[in-house]
Amino acid sequence: MILGAIKLLILFLIFPGFIFAALVGLFTSWVDRKISARVQYRQGPPWYQPFADILKLFGKEIFIPEGGASFIFLAAPWLGLSAVTLVATMLWQFNVHPAGSFIGDLIVVLYLFTVPSLALMLGGSASRNPLAAIGASREMKLILAYELPFLLAIFTLVAKSGSILIGSVVAFQQSHGMLALSLSGMLALLVSILVMQAKLGFVPFDIPEAEQELMAGPLLEYSGLPLAVFKLTKALLFYTLPLFLITLYLGGFNPYSWVGILGLVIKYVLLLVIIILIKNTNPRIRTDQALRFFWGPVTILAAAGFIFALIGW
Amino acid sequence: MHPFKWGLKKSPWVFHLGASACNNCDIEILDTLAPKFDVERFGIVLVGSPRHADVLVVSGIVNRQCLERVKRVYDAIPKPKLVVAIGVCACTANMFRDSYNFTMPVDQIIPVDIYVPGCPPKPEAIIAGVVKALEKIK
Repeated sequence: MILGAIKLLILFLIFPGFIFAALVGLFTSWVDRKISARVQYRQGPPWYQPFADILKLFGKEIFIPEGGASFIFLAAPWLGLSAVTLVATMLWQFNVHPAGSFIGDLIVVLYLFTVPSLALMLGGSASRNPLAAIGASREMKLILAYELPFLLAIFTLVAKSGSILIGSVVAFQQSHGMLALSLSGMLALLVSILVMQAKLGFVPFDIPEAEQELMAGPLLEYSGLPLAVFKLTKALLFYTLPLFLITLYLGGFNPYSWVGILGLVIKYVLLLVIIILIKNTNPRIRTDQALRFFWGPVTILAAAGFIFALIGW
Repeated sequence: MHPFKWGLKKSPWVFHLGASACNNCDIEILDTLAPKFDVERFGIVLVGSPRHADVLVVSGIVNRQCLERVKRVYDAIPKPKLVVAIGVCACTANMFRDSYNFTMPVDQIIPVDIYVPGCPPKPEAIIAGVVKALEKIK
């Protein structure tokens, strides 16, 4: 009993969970900054830059805004971080032991992925700052925009593989080839990549954080440790969301052979390159444009993919 | 060296406060942050909120309207923090010292760590100033 609990804690906190995911995520955010710098003909920061940022924020003073809801203000970042850590642990474990997944885990993961955005909204609203409140409301609109096509894309995969267990989706792909190779899977992957961009809050969908108008959006009043936790959450998402897409559409990975690990790295880098290139070649769009984009063309694409999956393409 | 101090040295986030400057220093500050000088090599990033900042960059003469704002922005930055006064106006008020709405130089309002004189100072001088400010972190 105690041994089992310790093992779960180690899974959650150390290996596929917090520390591993944070290291990979922070390193990835360095890759992002470096590639963005090279795109702009700059040198870019050294490899330890994200680690230095986080370390520095740990040592800074923590401000709690006067008149704000201080408990929610301080609790919100931890809520988001723990949810993403749980997703990172679960996804890795389901790839290692496909039989270990439980009924409806796909839905659990989908809900856990919305928790970081919820945390951002809670924190922004609790900080009693008009700009942070605007950022929180924009985050809400963005969630409304991208959840519909995202769910349709996930339904596509459920219809294709006939199961809502992540483990059996992985097993299905191991026997039938990766889902992204079929027409419906390809459409769903395309939609999911766009949604991933919005979930990560990257350009062109960085509407809530909008540096030039809202300064930092919901994070405006955060300083020190809570800000570091939000940055870590974002870094974790940067690792977890591509892993989620790899698991669902690109055949997962085989952790027992070097070829499998290499394949995982190649798929991960491929998705990263797509994200970073979209980020560096687009301006920010307005909230109404984001809604129109996600509810219009993207939802139509996702619905078409779903219908193709029902037909069996 | 303490890891937090190391972090501060390697990732100083800058908040730019234009305290009624004539815009000349502000243009040079923006030049410094532009891709040509690439200060992100040293981890320097311009942030929008004083709550995220480590280094406060002040330019301009502080007039009566600005006085209260300068104090408030300085208080909004979490400790440990550094202040760099950019331009001869922020350092000494130079030719505006007899002006009717000039109050006092920046270092009489908030503690200033490094002065970068010039009208305006070159981007190289600003970078050298920030580097000297970071050397004060022990």
